[in-house]
Amino acid sequence: MKGKILSAALLLFSLASQAEWRGNVTAEARYFWNDALYTEQEDIYPSLSAEVEYYHAFDGTDYSLTITPFYRHDGVDEERTHADLREARLHFARGDWEWDAGLIKVFWGVTESRHLVDIINQTDLVENIDGEDKLGQPALHGLWYRDWGTVELFVLPGFRERTFPGVDGRLRGPLPIDTDHAQYESDREDRHVDYALRLAGTVHDDWDLGLSFFSGTSRDPQLRLVTAGGQPRLIPYYPQIDQIGLDLQATLENWLWKLEAIHREFSDDRFDAMVGGFEYTFYGIAESDADLGVLMEYHRDSRGKDAPTPFQNDLFLGARWALNDAQSTELLAGGLFDLELGSRGYRVEFNRRIGQNWKITAEAQLFGHIDPKDPQYPLRSDDFIQLELARFF
Amino acid sequence: MKYWIAIIVALLFGGVVQAETAEEKGLRIAQEADAYDKGFGDFTADMTMTLRNRKGQESVRHIRIRTLEVDGDGDKSMSIFDEPADVKGTAMLTFSHGLKPDDQWLYLPALKRVKRISSRNKSGPFMGSEFAFEDLGSQEVEKYAYRFLREEPCGQWQCHVIERRPQYKYSGYTRQVVWLDKDKYRIVKVEYYDRKNKPLKTLTMSDYKEYLGHYWRPSKMEMKNLQNGKSTVLEWKNYKFRTGLRAKDFNKNKLKNLH
Repeated sequence: MKGKILSAALLLFSLASQAEWRGNVTAEARYFWNDALYTEQEDIYPSLSAEVEYYHAFDGTDYSLTITPFYRHDGVDEERTHADLREARLHFARGDWEWDAGLIKVFWGVTESRHLVDIINQTDLVENIDGEDKLGQPALHGLWYRDWGTVELFVLPGFRERTFPGVDGRLRGPLPIDTDHAQYESDREDRHVDYALRLAGTVHDDWDLGLSFFSGTSRDPQLRLVTAGGQPRLIPYYPQIDQIGLDLQATLENWLWKLEAIHREFSDDRFDAMVGGFEYTFYGIAESDADLGVLMEYHRDSRGKDAPTPFQNDLFLGARWALNDAQSTELLAGGLFDLELGSRGYRVEFNRRIGQNWKITAEAQLFGHIDPKDPQYPLRSDDFIQLELARFF
Repeated sequence: MKYWIAIIVALLFGGVVQAETAEEKGLRIAQEADAYDKGFGDFTADMTMTLRNRKGQESVRHIRIRTLEVDGDGDKSMSIFDEPADVKGTAMLTFSHGLKPDDQWLYLPALKRVKRISSRNKSGPFMGSEFAFEDLGSQEVEKYAYRFLREEPCGQWQCHVIERRPQYKYSGYTRQVVWLDKDKYRIVKVEYYDRKNKPLKTLTMSDYKEYLGHYWRPSKMEMKNLQNGKSTVLEWKNYKFRTGLRAKDFNKNKLKNLH
């Protein structure tokens, strides 16, 4: 994999004169100040990552090519040292149609504290527990413009497994996850062809509505305990699912009202989940240029305490403070409060541009009180602060 | 008979000219300026924005602009950010309207997320500059109430001096005083007064060039903030008119594949 990426990169460099580049190289350090629960774990995790986007438009045609390799080297956790092609797609646009073929990255949804309807791409969980990093998905994607909105079709041949921290990594449970022996409900395993359809449109100018359908391999694995062969370990099991998703945003001056909901069916089970709330922004607070947004989002999952996510009956409260200065200084802070179990978790993010090409980001994650019945209980000792210095080009 | 003709002539001409108030004259000039600029179709241009703080430190932004004229409504426009490097690939789509709030979308390339955002923030700074969003937006006639103040020389030209008061919600200004030349309606200078009616900013527009033998655009716009000592200079290059852009090109889904 690494060899292929390198040779692809060298080939692209030779074409650089006709191309556009952008990307970043980022140095990162994570510090976990609580004692590790498991002996293999460390307190400090330095790592280095790079992401480069190469774009080439073929003159005189409607085709373009985008390739976005990503690589991270982690000083401690072998599983976090990984490479991926975030995108490698041929794009074609003509008339009312657009097509993509290759590895694509797609985002669906409107809410901030959880991306519930977003299902095309697998989560690159070793990157960050916020679930916003995604692996490139093999796809054929068609987009059709209609008067009322858009219709999108996805044929997804090939499945990407979720990444998990290794035994040396923090932010993991007591048992290692054996990603080399993942199991599937489908006989075709990771070669099962998935399908998705999305309709999106705007109603009365201010209401943006999306309706999506997905049929195929679930991106969320069930972790199954295996004891055979001595060491107990967890094996990811990927069931087949059908899912309907709804996303809705009303943009009404200072208010953004948001809702995401899914209904998911397994061969022998089903559940519903939703997240909904608002973001209200105070513009130009105290006669300054700064804006302050306050966010509230409520999470619900019909599986209740059996849900494998921490979002079964939770309230997210957050604030976004944007200075709107030349350095684009921004601070985000939020807390997730479990209304049933009483668990609390907090997250703070700060970022600011330095000079013309650098950016510094600081992130802190605090697991306040975590109830033993909460799926996040194994992470209770993994409060961390993360510093990132990125050079963009 | 001659008596009646005299009355009709007086009503038609004398009456109109004499009865025109300062407000009517201001509105008439704004309508004439708007009519003069109609029919440009679409344009693309490159913008370099240089922010200068009180100590003279500079930071630079490069933005490409694509604008489509919309008959009977505000323009549609796309801003594609090339610099600073950390926002490269970010793009903003705006459907501007008269008094109705604009529709606005922001594309975040790291997440591949198109985000519908509120256009409520009219008075907020654009990219940390001294230009507010409302200074750079489409200038529809109905957005202001006008009053003609006077006529005076402005450099090599003769200018109308007009006061305009924003009629749209959430403006950061009580009023603006605009100097525009009598011949081609080129805006030479704008003085902005804050919500307390104190002088806030001065915009000077210069190095006008003519496109398609009719449409005039400034190559340089300098905004000086009188209250905080900061300034921002916009330099416009590579203006191209009637490039063949269509309404379809201004769809939020197009934000994902802009280059």
